Amino acid sequence: MIAAIAALGAGLLFGLGLTVSQMINPAKVLGFLDVLGDWDPSLVLVMATAIPVAALGYAFGRHRRAPLCGTAFMMPAQTDIDRRLIFGAVLFGVGWGTVGYCPGPAVSALLLGNPGTVLFVAAMLAGMGIHSGFQSVLGRQPRPA
Amino acid sequence: MENFTPVSAAIGGVMIGLSAALLWLANGRIAGISGIVGSLWTPRANDIAWRIAFIGGLIVAPVLYRMLGGALPKITIDAPWAIVVAAGLLVGFGTRLGSGCTSGHGVCGMARLSRRSLTATAIFMAAGIATRFALRHLVGV
Repeated sequence: MIAAIAALGAGLLFGLGLTVSQMINPAKVLGFLDVLGDWDPSLVLVMATAIPVAALGYAFGRHRRAPLCGTAFMMPAQTDIDRRLIFGAVLFGVGWGTVGYCPGPAVSALLLGNPGTVLFVAAMLAGMGIHSGFQSVLGRQPRPA
Repeated sequence: MENFTPVSAAIGGVMIGLSAALLWLANGRIAGISGIVGSLWTPRANDIAWRIAFIGGLIVAPVLYRMLGGALPKITIDAPWAIVVAAGLLVGFGTRLGSGCTSGHGVCGMARLSRRSLTATAIFMAAGIATRFALRHLVGV
């Protein structure tokens, strides 16, 4: 229960961050990806402040055996750069560069009344489901992101 | 660079970083949205409540922001519906195949100095920029 409340708080903070930084507007993100047009470097600044703050959190975690409301830190185990990582990142980048939505902003903007957002999220969930289908057919366990 | 909004971008980024730190220190989880959402397809009993709670917070946040008097950015999607669907499929499938997106690889993975995340972020940034360039300056949409 406490774990869910903490996760709710984290989700709220994440969504507020996307809102304040305007990253929930895909046109803003396309302005960043269009480096040879009227370039908008805002996304760089979002990452430049988010990364060190997150890094502080991971550094604090190193001094603890377990998270406050959980049993273990779930650190991604895989370290090798394989073809799935590369091919997946290419497919994601092409989709991202087409509409300007990545998963966080798309989900966060769901209730803001744009039918394109709902359509995008539905297609994104379908794409994720297709991947899960492949995983189960191939007999592989999905990996944590 | 007339659309550059450095102050709000920096403040928003700090909030996203705090969210990632909170989810790690409280729940021991990486704040990767594609993983949190995509794992709903393979639900496990003790692993679902925190995901639903996080996604709930993520969705409610902009509505809450507006209720508290904040001005929401306008959401603009110019692409035709068929293209929106294709892009959604690519983003959903690609982020799961590549084990992460802008949050899981781009923020959390970079903060952990993960070699995989560094590689993935460089690739999806390059692919996104190349796609944008092709669509905007070659196709002209």
